[in-house]
Amino acid sequence: MKQIPAPLLTLTVGVVVTLVSLWVGFNHGLLPEQASAQSVLVDNFFDVMMVIGTALFLVVEGAILYSVIAFRRRQGDDTDGLPIEGNLPLEAFWTAIPAIIVIGLGIYSVQIFQDMGGFTPGDRMPDHGTMIAQSPDASLSGLVPEGAEPELLAKSVYGFGAPLEKEGMAADVEVNVSGMQYAWIFTYPESGIVDGELHVPVNADVQLNISAQDVIHSFWVPQFRLKQDAIPGKDTELRFVATKVGTYPVVCAELCGGYHGAMRTQVIVHSPSDYQSWLQSRIAQAEPTTPEAIAMNPTDMTDTEYLAPYGAEMEIDHQLLAHLAH
Amino acid sequence: MAQANITSDMMGQSFPHPDKWKWYHYFTFNIDHKVIGIQYLVTAFFFYLVGGVMALVMRSELATPSADLVDPNFYNAMLTNHGTIMIFFWIVPAAIGGFGNYLVPLMIGARDMAFPKLNALAFWITVPAGLMIIASLFFGGAQAGWTSYPPLSRITANTAQSMWILAITLVGTSSIMGAVNFIVTIWKMRVPSLKWDQMPLFCWAMMATSILALFSTPVLAAGLTLLLFDINFGTSFFDPAKGGDVVMYQHLFWFYSHPAVYLMILPIFGIMSEVIPVHARKPIFGYKAIAYSSLAICLVGLFVWVHHMFTSGTPPWMRMFFTVSTLIVAVPTGVKIFSWVATLWGGKLRLNSAMLFAIGLLAMFVLGGLSGVTLGTAPVDIHVHDTYYVVAHFHYVLFGGSVFGLYAGLYHWFPKMTGRMMNEPLGKLHFVLTFIGTNLTFLPMHELGLKGMPRRVAMYDPQFQYINIICTVGAFLLGISVLPFIINAIWSWRNGPKASGNPWNAKTLEWTTASPPIIENWNVLPVVTEGPYDYGHTPEPTEVSSS
Repeated sequence: MKQIPAPLLTLTVGVVVTLVSLWVGFNHGLLPEQASAQSVLVDNFFDVMMVIGTALFLVVEGAILYSVIAFRRRQGDDTDGLPIEGNLPLEAFWTAIPAIIVIGLGIYSVQIFQDMGGFTPGDRMPDHGTMIAQSPDASLSGLVPEGAEPELLAKSVYGFGAPLEKEGMAADVEVNVSGMQYAWIFTYPESGIVDGELHVPVNADVQLNISAQDVIHSFWVPQFRLKQDAIPGKDTELRFVATKVGTYPVVCAELCGGYHGAMRTQVIVHSPSDYQSWLQSRIAQAEPTTPEAIAMNPTDMTDTEYLAPYGAEMEIDHQLLAHLAH
Repeated sequence: MAQANITSDMMGQSFPHPDKWKWYHYFTFNIDHKVIGIQYLVTAFFFYLVGGVMALVMRSELATPSADLVDPNFYNAMLTNHGTIMIFFWIVPAAIGGFGNYLVPLMIGARDMAFPKLNALAFWITVPAGLMIIASLFFGGAQAGWTSYPPLSRITANTAQSMWILAITLVGTSSIMGAVNFIVTIWKMRVPSLKWDQMPLFCWAMMATSILALFSTPVLAAGLTLLLFDINFGTSFFDPAKGGDVVMYQHLFWFYSHPAVYLMILPIFGIMSEVIPVHARKPIFGYKAIAYSSLAICLVGLFVWVHHMFTSGTPPWMRMFFTVSTLIVAVPTGVKIFSWVATLWGGKLRLNSAMLFAIGLLAMFVLGGLSGVTLGTAPVDIHVHDTYYVVAHFHYVLFGGSVFGLYAGLYHWFPKMTGRMMNEPLGKLHFVLTFIGTNLTFLPMHELGLKGMPRRVAMYDPQFQYINIICTVGAFLLGISVLPFIINAIWSWRNGPKASGNPWNAKTLEWTTASPPIIENWNVLPVVTEGPYDYGHTPEPTEVSSS
C-alpha cells in the first residue's frame, strides 16, 4: 500500500464510493410502487438523498472502521497518539460542504414541494377573505364583500392544493373525506354517493376535502406518497393525480385510539370507463350506502344514532350531527 | 500528575459531615452532588428496565399482524408509557441529572453544585413522578402516545392521562431546577485557573443543554396545564367543538419536545468528547468547533419544532422555513462527528468497553443523522411521518446514540464513582450483544416505514410480518444484552479490582481526586496547569546540569 501515491488512492476510493452510492441511490428498492404524479417527484428527491447519504455513510463509516483497525493500540505500547488538535482548512471544509449540501437539498425540496402543490391549498377560496379574517385590524372589516359567508372567510386550509398549471382551477373530481374512529367515509358531493372506499379515475385531478369527526386522523396512501392529517375543527385538503390503475391501501397514520391499526380501507383507481360504470351503478342504486354500513358497527342504527356517542364526547350539538348525517 | 495543589481557603469552613457516605445515605435527602448523581443514575436505570419490559410487550404483540396478545388499549398504554419513561425517566435524568450532577462540579474544581438543596429537591421530585407514571397503568394507562395530542388525550382514560400530565410537569419542574443550577455552577464556581477555553467539553455541553431546557420546558408545562384544565375543569383550549385549537397544542408540545431531543443528545455529545480522547490517547480534534457547535445546536434547535407538524395544520411557508432550519442542525452535528473521527485518526485506540460503546455510538449516529436529514425535508417527511421510518430514525439517535453514550460514560466513570474497575470481558459481551441487537431491531424498521407501515399500531398488514419478526428477535436480544451489564455492575461494585485515582491516565480534573472522590471532592482545590486533552505532548525538556 505504501507504494501507491496518496492522491491516486484517494481518487480510486472516491470513484468507488461515487459508483456504489449512485447504484444504491437508484436501486435501493425501499419505496412502494409509484401510483401518483406526486410520487415520482418525491421518489426522485429521495433517490438523490440516498446517493448523497450513501456516499457520506461510506466515507465516515469507512474512516471509523479504518481507524479501529489501523490505529488500535498494539500490545505493550503505552504511548500517546500524535498531538494534533485541529486543522483550520480541514474544519472549514467539513463545515462548508455539509452546509452547501443541506442548503442545496433545502432549495430542491422547496421546488419539489411547489411542484407537488404544497403551496396552493385552498386556492379556490377568495384569498382576501382569509387574510381579512386573520387580520386583527377591525377597520378592514369593511373590505369584506357583502353577502360573503363569514364561515368561509374564517377558513384557513392546510394541505396540498393544485399543481402550478392548475392553480385556481376546480378539480375534475371532488370527494369529501371524513375520518372517524375507526373508518373513513367518502362522500361525492356532486352525486351524493357515500362509500367506505375511495374510487377515483386514473389521470384525473382529484380533490379531497378532509375533515375529522372525533379525534385527529391522518389520511395516507403510501403509493401516492401523500399524507394529510384530518383535524377536528380545521379544514385540510389533498389534491393529487393517480397515474396507475389499481387498488391501494388507505392508512390512518395518526394514533386515533385502540383500534387505530385497524382503520384501513382502500383507494381504487379506475380507468375512465370503469369509473363511469362504477359511478352509474352507484347512482342507479335506490339508496346510496350510508355511513353506518361502512363503519365498524354494522347495525341498523341511523347516522345520527351512530354518531351520537362521539358527539357527546366531542360535545357537538344535535343540529350538527343531523347535518353530518345528510 | 500535571495539576499542582494549593491550600484552599475554604478548608475548615465546611459543614460537619461523616468522612464517607454510608449506603443508607443514598436513600436520603443528601445534598452531595455525587450522591445525587448516583441516585439519578440508579433510579433512571430502574426506569430503563421498566420501559424495556414495556417495549418487549409491544414487540411480542407485533410478532403477529393481529392484536392477539394484549388488548389494543393496553398496547397503547404500553407505547405511551414506554416513550415517556425512556425519555423523561431514563435518558434525560441519567444524562443530565446523573452524569451532569456527578461530573460538572468535579470537572470544574468545585466542591458541590451552586444550590445543593435545590439539587436534591430536583432529584426527589422525579421519584414520585416516576411512580405516578407506573401507577397510572392501574387506572387504564394514558393511551394517547407520549405526544398526548388532544382530542384523543382529552377523551381517553382521563384519570391516567391526568396522572401522566402531573408526572411530566413534575419532571419538567425538576429539569428547570437542574438547568438553573448547572448554569450558575458552571458560570460562577469554576476554579479561578480554569478558563472557558480550557473547560472540559462535557461542561460546554451541559451549559448548552441547560440553556435549552430553560427556554423550552416552561412552554411544555403551559401546554400540559391547559390540557389538564380541559380534561378536568371543562375549559376548551383544545376542544374544537367549543372553539379550541388542537394544532396550538402541537405547537406548544413540540416547542419543548423537539429541543428535548437535544436535551437527550447534547450531554451524550459531551460524554463522547471526554471518552474518545482519553482512550484514543489524542487531544480532541477541534476543541473550539465542538464547544461552539453545542451552542449552535442549542440555538438552531429552538427553531425546528414545526417539522413534526408538516402533515398537520401547518401553512406552506412554515413547512419551508422549518425544512431549512431543520436541515441546518445537521451542520454543527456533522462538525462534531467529523471531529471525533479525526480524533480517532492517528490515535492509539484502547478498545475497552467504554471506547467500544463510544465508537458504536459514532457508527450508528451517522445513520441516524442521515435519516434525520431525509426527515427534515417536507416532501419526504410527508410520506414517512408517523411511520416506522421515524421509529427507526429516533431509535438510531436515542438508542444507538444516547443509550450507547450512557453506557460509554458508565464504563468510563465507573471506577471514579465506585472505586472499582469493571470486568472487561463482560463489558465487551455487553457491547457485542447490544450492537447486534440494536441494528437487528431498528435497521429493518426503515423499510417498514417506507413501504407503508404506520407506527403506534397493535395490528398491521400481514405483508409486514416477516420484517416485524426480525425486529422482535432483535428486541429480545437487546433485552438479554442488559444482563451482562447488570451482573458486571453489581459484581464489580462489590468485588471488582480497586481503581486508582486515575486508572485511564486522563487529564480532566475529576481524575485528580481519589476514587471514589472524598466528600467535598478535594482536600485542597486543584490548579489547572494544562488543557483537559493534552495527550501526546512531549514534556518540556528539563535542563540537566553537568557536573
